[in-house]
Amino acid sequence: MTSLPSRFTNWFSTKGWSIHPHQQAMLDRSDDPALLLIAPTGGGKTLAGFLPTLVDLAEAGHNGLHTLYISPLKALAVDIKRNLRTPVDEMGLEIRIDDRTGDTPASRKKRQRADPPHILLTTPESLALLVSYEDAPLMFRGLKRVVVDEIHALAESKRGDQLMLALARLQTLCPDLRRVGLSATVEDPQAIAHFLARHPDPCEILMADPGPPPDIAMLTTDEAPPWAGGGAKYAIPAVLEQVKRHKTTLIFHNTRAQAELFFHNLWLANDDSLPIGIHHGSLDRIQRDRVEAAMVRGELRAIVCTGSLDLGIDWGDVDLVIQIGAPKNVKRLVQRIGRANHRYNAPSKALLVPANRFEVVECIAALEAVKAGDLDGDPRGDGPLDVLCQHILITASAGPFQADALYAEVTSAGAYHTLSRAEFDACLDFCATGGYALRAYDQWQRLMRRADGLWQLRDPRTARRIRMNIGTIQDTDTLKVRLKRSRGGKPLGEIEEGFAATLTPGDTFLIGGQIVRYEGLREMTVEVTRRADKKPKIATFMGTKFATSTQLSARILEMFRQPSWPALPPHTAEWLALQRSVSKLPEPGRLLIESFPHDGREQMVVYGFAGRNAQQTLGLLLTKRLEEMGLNPLGFVSTDYATLIWGLDRLDDPAPLFDIAALRDGLETWLAGNAVMKRTFRASATIAGLIERNIGGQRKSGRQATFSSDILYDTLHKYDPDHLMLKITRTEALRGLVDFGRIEDLAARIGGRIDHLKLDRITPLSAPLFLEPGRVPIKGLAEERLLAEEADRLLSTAGLATAPAPRKPQWRVGY
Amino acid sequence: MNGHSFTLAGAELVALGSGALWWPDQVLLCVSDLHLGKSERVARRSGLTLPPYDTRDTLTRLAADLALTNARTVVCLGDSFDDLRAAEALPEDEKLWIAKLQAGRRWVWIEGNHDPGPIDLGGTHLAELPRAPLTFRHIAQSGASGEVSGHYHPKAEIATRARLISRPAFLLDSDRVILPSYGTYTGGLRSTAPELSDLMRPEALAILTGRNPHAVPMPRAAPDHTNPASSN
Repeated sequence: MTSLPSRFTNWFSTKGWSIHPHQQAMLDRSDDPALLLIAPTGGGKTLAGFLPTLVDLAEAGHNGLHTLYISPLKALAVDIKRNLRTPVDEMGLEIRIDDRTGDTPASRKKRQRADPPHILLTTPESLALLVSYEDAPLMFRGLKRVVVDEIHALAESKRGDQLMLALARLQTLCPDLRRVGLSATVEDPQAIAHFLARHPDPCEILMADPGPPPDIAMLTTDEAPPWAGGGAKYAIPAVLEQVKRHKTTLIFHNTRAQAELFFHNLWLANDDSLPIGIHHGSLDRIQRDRVEAAMVRGELRAIVCTGSLDLGIDWGDVDLVIQIGAPKNVKRLVQRIGRANHRYNAPSKALLVPANRFEVVECIAALEAVKAGDLDGDPRGDGPLDVLCQHILITASAGPFQADALYAEVTSAGAYHTLSRAEFDACLDFCATGGYALRAYDQWQRLMRRADGLWQLRDPRTARRIRMNIGTIQDTDTLKVRLKRSRGGKPLGEIEEGFAATLTPGDTFLIGGQIVRYEGLREMTVEVTRRADKKPKIATFMGTKFATSTQLSARILEMFRQPSWPALPPHTAEWLALQRSVSKLPEPGRLLIESFPHDGREQMVVYGFAGRNAQQTLGLLLTKRLEEMGLNPLGFVSTDYATLIWGLDRLDDPAPLFDIAALRDGLETWLAGNAVMKRTFRASATIAGLIERNIGGQRKSGRQATFSSDILYDTLHKYDPDHLMLKITRTEALRGLVDFGRIEDLAARIGGRIDHLKLDRITPLSAPLFLEPGRVPIKGLAEERLLAEEADRLLSTAGLATAPAPRKPQWRVGY
Repeated sequence: MNGHSFTLAGAELVALGSGALWWPDQVLLCVSDLHLGKSERVARRSGLTLPPYDTRDTLTRLAADLALTNARTVVCLGDSFDDLRAAEALPEDEKLWIAKLQAGRRWVWIEGNHDPGPIDLGGTHLAELPRAPLTFRHIAQSGASGEVSGHYHPKAEIATRARLISRPAFLLDSDRVILPSYGTYTGGLRSTAPELSDLMRPEALAILTGRNPHAVPMPRAAPDHTNPASSN
């Protein structure tokens, strides 16, 4: 057992603390090549990760960078710096700690490269950028440890894959580098350990005491939740009451738009003027910083927030977490609950607030799952090749490299451990020449092979462009919102370009909890004033889509079979009974389809209860059949339970829809032209460096110079269908879909047992679907008919003296 | 032939769904802003290696329109090449393909801002082509009439009852027609942009390209209601 130096034991005892067993274990095993700690929030996890570093620095000293700390959130890096300073200062240790994120001023960044601190706190993107500099070997010389915080969150995304490739690079520069991963409770620790390890080295797992089970319940209200809707406005009085009874409450929402709306309504009802703030990723950084600072000072009683506060930021005295809307995913729920009560061994307290009656059912199912300790999650596949392509370009930016050595390095990362040499070579060729069947770029290759066999950038100046494109996070196109002033007013945040396009001067919308009035667009900035005299439209954001686990779906379907629902609140039981009387409740072994007109279109709901991925695939297949049958589908959206399809014509007989042979026939071509594929292509092509994130000035000037990535996709598909980029797109798109075999299984299971109900209005069970984000448009013949209709209408109106302005678009969810 | 027929300065013209303009009386086909060789220029200047199939895609569509119309005269309305070096760098087979398309017809390259000088391909190189009652030039001139031009890559957005539909579009009034861009790797400028709104008469039409061309009143930016005195 490694004993703690006296300076440390003294410090612990002045605090009245003793070292946790897992903190001691981390110290004992500080020489492990890689070590994963799984501990609940509040378990002194961060200190456990840094203890070996602090002890080593205190005892032995160090010249230059000693430990690199990576977190998925910029805010977390800043927060950890503050928390780490306390013990370091109180023990009087001579340790330099600094953070580096996209927000760090350039002068400080430059200084960090020339004279690095002992401990550098950063994000995967900032690290990738550091690795791309020619002087990376100098900066990282002597690096001994790396701590990856919230590794469970990183392991789910391409950001994590990019991070692990950067670590592989660092490991080459510093062969004795030790890796530590800190994770919240997860369903498969082994998968995270595999992700963290440098292969073939081992990675042991340390499990800390998980603490007592959380105290979690559904908030019961006198008023019944509505049939549909995500606002949970009905629960405002009950939520305010809870805020009053607790010291500090975090109120989580699944989407930013919901958070905005809820905050607005909360504020209107806040008669006692309790200090309540709002925090989400679309707010301006200055606004967010202010809320965070007020929170740290203990000045806020509640924060309305989204996933931007999801990860382990230490908010001190949070004693209640409220989740508005169904948690969708049990693992995420448990992690969010971990936000409350950062004291070890005190149960976390959380309340679920269903936003509509379907969510009451979901919440009950989720509570049962938490009690049963059933965490859900899907394993991720092999490391994505678009991220690898970016990594090759990053490597080339740092200097000439040898292909064999890079291949060996890349395959030491868990996600790329099984990468074949052929796949690697295809990625290298893509980076060098574009990898086209038509060898067009011999003269203008991006990377070229020198006489000595090393690869390097043809034009060293392109390194700058590559660096500007680093990262794997896909921003939707957003526009900044500012108060209108003569010299650039106060920034408020961002809204999606698609939403901005629907605004006309005078329209109002919510941002940062205030209603603002749209005045106009100037240099790609939305200018607003505070003159709000109309009911606001709601700014919409691409809310993060959480897939409910199939396991939750199964629990719900089982619940539907009951003759009555004594466990559910009466309003929800009545709602299910109503669905049963006006339509039907879905049953296992049968397929329920409802058709009804709504919102000027024909709607069709297919309750497959097959999980989001399978329902999404079903949506693609069914819209293909509907297009062939001449029913003019316009789009679809899928949840874990059902697929909603809307179009111009009504379905009479669903039987031909499920003709498996017809479904399979031409699936590839249909899939290829679909919006899902084009969306995926755009994301992957940006990551792989085929197109650039910001075509900067071109976009700004609003000129005709840019063209849609859809055109590139279509061209490639037509002339080079086996191209690497299309293979990557298919793989990536299929991560979110399921293979055709599962659909065949579904059809076989149902047999001909389809219950098709033609109704004259929206049904209780279908209502929540109309608010679901993630709508997929179908651009078929329906567009021609819509255009013809609209053109006729416009031209007949234009029989007057002058042409009228086009009809103002009505704001809708999605499109 | 799927097209929208109209009259400009007495000439009977057809806007084709492909984005080409057809003048049956003169057996003349006009296309604008082909931007041939764009992927080569992008690779040369930025290092980005876009799929190098744009030129053949553009030529394939042009060949289809030529087969359909049997045009005796072809007018390429400028910016036919992404730049002059891109024109020189066209692969041999694509140059041959252009020569084949030119065989047996009069072919006019109007100069554009991207391709201001003569090129080493067949055809006549002109700053502009007058053919009564029309004049073909790259960039519209205010005050002109009977003018056929390109340059702006116009597109129009229509809000239908189900969604916003955006397509490349011809812009048309009693003085002129502006053609959409024909090249595969080209984007569009909304008809609401001030350059286009200022140029076109209030009663202008936009003809959206696609399977069936549709004519609508040209969409314009909503008038600015902002009262500067009251903004804070």
